[in-house]
Parts: sequence; structure tokens; C-alpha cells
Amino acid sequence: MTFSTSNWFVPRTSLNTVRSRWLTILSFLVPVLIWCIVSYTPFIWHPNIQITEPGSVSYFKTGIQVKRDRFDAEVEKARKASVKIPQGVRVNPVYLPAPHEVAIAFYTSFTTEPKRRSEQWLHESLWHSITVIFWGFFLSSIVAVPLGILCGTYATFSKFHEPFIEFFRYLPAPAFGALAVAILGIHDAPKIAIIFIGTFFQQVLIVANTTRKLDLSLIEASLTLGAKRLQLLFKVVVPGILPDLYRDLRILLGWAWTYLIVAELIGTSSGITWFITQQARYKNFDNVFAAILMIGIIGLFSDIVLSKLGRKLFPWDKTTTKGG
Amino acid sequence: MNTKNLELPSYLEKGESVTKTLAAIKEREVVLEVKQLSKTFDSTKGPVTALNDVSFKTHRREFVTVIGPSGCGKSTLIRILAGLETQTHGEVLLDGKAVSGPGPDRGMVFQGYTLFPWLTVKKNVMFGLSCQGKTRATAESEAMQWVDLVGLEKFANAYPDQLSGGMKQRVAIARSLAAQPRILLMDEPFGALDAQTRVRMQEYLMEIWRNIDITILFITHDLDEAILLADRILVLKAHPGEIQEVIEVPVPRPRSSEQLLSPEFLATRQRLEELIHPPLDNDDTKPNMFRMVNVDDDVEPLL
Repeated sequence: MTFSTSNWFVPRTSLNTVRSRWLTILSFLVPVLIWCIVSYTPFIWHPNIQITEPGSVSYFKTGIQVKRDRFDAEVEKARKASVKIPQGVRVNPVYLPAPHEVAIAFYTSFTTEPKRRSEQWLHESLWHSITVIFWGFFLSSIVAVPLGILCGTYATFSKFHEPFIEFFRYLPAPAFGALAVAILGIHDAPKIAIIFIGTFFQQVLIVANTTRKLDLSLIEASLTLGAKRLQLLFKVVVPGILPDLYRDLRILLGWAWTYLIVAELIGTSSGITWFITQQARYKNFDNVFAAILMIGIIGLFSDIVLSKLGRKLFPWDKTTTKGG
Repeated sequence: MNTKNLELPSYLEKGESVTKTLAAIKEREVVLEVKQLSKTFDSTKGPVTALNDVSFKTHRREFVTVIGPSGCGKSTLIRILAGLETQTHGEVLLDGKAVSGPGPDRGMVFQGYTLFPWLTVKKNVMFGLSCQGKTRATAESEAMQWVDLVGLEKFANAYPDQLSGGMKQRVAIARSLAAQPRILLMDEPFGALDAQTRVRMQEYLMEIWRNIDITILFITHDLDEAILLADRILVLKAHPGEIQEVIEVPVPRPRSSEQLLSPEFLATRQRLEELIHPPLDNDDTKPNMFRMVNVDDDVEPLL
């Protein structure tokens, strides 16, 4: 492999497979590596001291963490007074567990029984979150996609719907939390509603814009070939925007996950968010990290699956075949 | 090509066979009639007349080309004929009936191919047929005939993206013809092709035109193309777009690119040059040239 800069930085040119594979691996490896360095090298960061021997200091107890300067001051004081000197090791704060701890938690959080009978296993929480996302996104899509396509095709629809939608999309979805609970109860319905509100309005506008980007000459060509209204819609507009629409939905699905965390705090806390808040309350930050990672992995995995599926579904589309 | 110094016959002189053919065309029924067509656009600087009082007729199986300088409204004209734009005044009659809005009776081939990228060649050609409500089987067998006609049966299942420019335009022609229009409108269809492909496509088009019952109105800015293909040439002028002259092409058929240097051809070309590139009298956008570098070996002798 030759490392000449000119080959690494050619605008809008794809790298060879070896290089792009390496960079993909590195993009994950580098953050993990930084995390490892911060966690495993005692002289980097580690701002706290975990007490192993309280010595003469009354408020020190074995296992607690104190700030380093406080510890140093107490050591100095003890030395001057010639009493028993406290001892401890440098550690990172509890909220930054080491990679191996998170890795273990990743496994144990699935195998650990919930503390109370009413609580859910992690996989149950996750599944619950996924169903909430699915329903919120699905209900939003079945209304927003057709409406967006109509707005993008006919000015009448666009002028009638878009100004209000444009206004509504600035209203933050979580603001409707209390209202949603009042109307829909405390269980899943208000959560689905929040995801719906968070997704729907953006979705209509994005789909409408994607529809507007369809080459007008394709519509004109179809008109000169005798396409009538519905034929125009279903034989030209819909298939013409399908690959882009699919890409839009993939991106919007990612947004839906953002709204999930807010939605799940509304009414009775549930799903993965409930798990995260519960674990944070117990100060099991390794579990918190594990759960956050889990969301990332599910998101990434589902996106890869959808992008692979996209290539199968739209063989004519150059952008899906090359990108993703 | 400089035709100024050649001794050429008048472009109005026609051989016996050409006179006969042209007379025969006039005997045939009128397919498309354009009556006093005008089009005015509203711009920020006030109304702009793109077309002014354009009238002409095309007869069945006639090949008419429309040529003119850029901005003469030739594209506007063909888009009005196709029903993609509306005229300000005037009428478009197809088989004696006024038409408005686009329809499959007037097929259109665009410069930009406009094939449906999500459909294979065969399905692109089937598009118009299935819009007319033909069954899948009928549409498919009819479409295959047209795909055959343009010589792309090997590519029937390819996507447009996999084809060359010339092949794409052949598919577009097949797709338009499959819908069985009364007239085929072609808006600079070969403008985006390289010179060699363009010549081949012109020959292809003449071959197709010879073999099927179709009237063609063809827009171009290429003088040779206009002469080579046409029975009659409508020469437009710009600002406003008006018909300057209708030229009956004196070049005998069957045509081929070898005729490009025949006296009749050159005479016609000379006339077109006069009409389309009139001498520049007061052109205030003329480049104001001065030597910016020392050129020792004179590229052209200095005056």
C-alpha cells in the first residue's frame, strides 16, 4: 500500500476497498481506543481517589471516592499531625465505567433478573421500545407519505396543507406530552402519539420536497404518452421518487428514535428509557452505557439491513447502489 | 463551411422528382394545422413575445423541420403543439379538431431522453400502451415489435442507465411511436449526441419514417440536419418568433449523408445561413480583442 496524500484526498472519488474497509474499522476503533486510554492509564485524567484505607480521616470510608486535591490536603494534614495516613487509588468518576465493565454489563444486563417482579428484563424493555417506535412511525408514514406526495405533485394540496404543517413542525413534540397523557391515558398510546407528532410534520414536508425534485420532463413525457391523473401518480410520480422516498424514511426512522427517549418518559416510564433511568438511579452506569450502546447497535443494524434491502428493491438507482 | 464563393444553383430550383413528391404531399390530408399562434410571456421587464402569428400546415407523412436562431421560440412552439404550454392566441388543429392539453395523439421526443429510469427498455415502450388500457400481453407483444424496429431487442430488459445516448433516444422514439400518435413532435432530439452518433440517428429516423405512417415535426438548430431530414423547412426568426420563410427542400429522396455536398443541398444551406446568421451590423456584444501575449510565430498573418 502506498501512502501518498494525493490518493487519499481526491474530491468525490471513492477509495479502494482496502482503504475504505480500514477507515470503517478505524472509525469505530479510534473512539474505543480513546476510551481505553482514559480508562486504563492511571496518570491520564482519573480525577478522583477511591479510598482503600481511611486512616485517621473521619469522613473517609473504604470504597468512597473523593476529589484528588481534597485527598492530597487530608494526606498532608495527617502527615503533619503524625497520625495514620489515608490511602487510596486514582480512579475515574463512577459515571465513566471502563470498556470491559461495560462489555460485562452488556452481557449481564440481559441475564440479570429484574429487582422487582413488576419490572422488565432488558430484552423486554428493548422490545417494548421497538414496538412503540414501530407504531409511531408506521402510523405517521401511512398518512404523511401519501399526503407528501400529493403536496409535491399538486399545488392545490401544497398550498392548502403546507403552511399549517410548516407552522406545526416548529412546535416541539415533547410539549404535547401532558396533553397526550390527558387524552390518551398513561400507557403506550401517548408515547406513540409523541413519536407521531415528532415525525409526521417533518415527514410530510420532506416527502413533498422529494416529490418536487422528480424531473418534470418525466411527467411531461408521460402526459404526451397519454397518462391520466391516477396513472400519472401511480405509474410515474410514485415509482420515480421511490428510491429517494425510501432514503428519506430511513433518515426519519433515525429521528423517531430521538423522540422515543422523550416519549417513554411520558405517563408511566417504560421501555429502554425506563431501564436507563432506573439503572442510573442505582448508579449502575455500566448498565446505562450498555443500554445506550444497545440503541446505537439496533439503529445501525436496522439501517444497514434497510440499505441492503434498498439495493435489492431499486436496481436501477445509482445512488443506492453506490452509497450506503 | 463557407459556401459564399461557390457557383450554386438557386435553392428554389427543384428537379422533376422533387417537384412531384412535394406536389403529392400537398394532395394529402392535413394532419396538423396551426392558426395564428402567438405566445406572450410575462417577465419582470414587461411582456415578451415569444411567438407571433405563426401559421402553417403539415400534411400526412410529411417531414417538417423547424429551424431558427436561439431564442426564436422554436421550443415554445413545439411545447404548445404538444399541449405542455398554452398559447396566448391562436389555434392548434389536429385532423381538423382543436386540441388543448397533452395527449397521446401528439407524441413527443425530448432532447433529454426522458426515459423512465425505473423501467426496462421494454417496459418504457409499453408505458403508453398500458396507459391506453391494453392488456399486459398485448402491450408486451406490441412493444417488442417497436423495440425490434429500433434494433434494441437485445437490450429489451436493460435499464436506460445501461444504454448509450443514441440507444436511449431510439427507445424514446420507439416509446412515442408505440402509443400510435398522429404526429411525432421532436424537440432537438439529437442535440445531445456526438456528431457521428447524430448522423447515424438521422439515418435511423429516416428509415423509420419511410417504413411507417407518421408525420414528423422536428426542431433543430443544426442546418445540415434540417435540410437532410425535411420535405419543408420552417425558418423562424427571433424577437419576436415569426416564420421568416418556408423552404421546400430541393434535395431528392432517398437522402443520405453523401448528399451533404450536392449542389442543391449547398444552395439550400447557403439560403439558411443567410436567413439565420444575418450580417452583424450593430452588435454591441462583439468581442473587443487585443493581444495579451507576445506571439512570435504569427498564428494568422497580421493585417
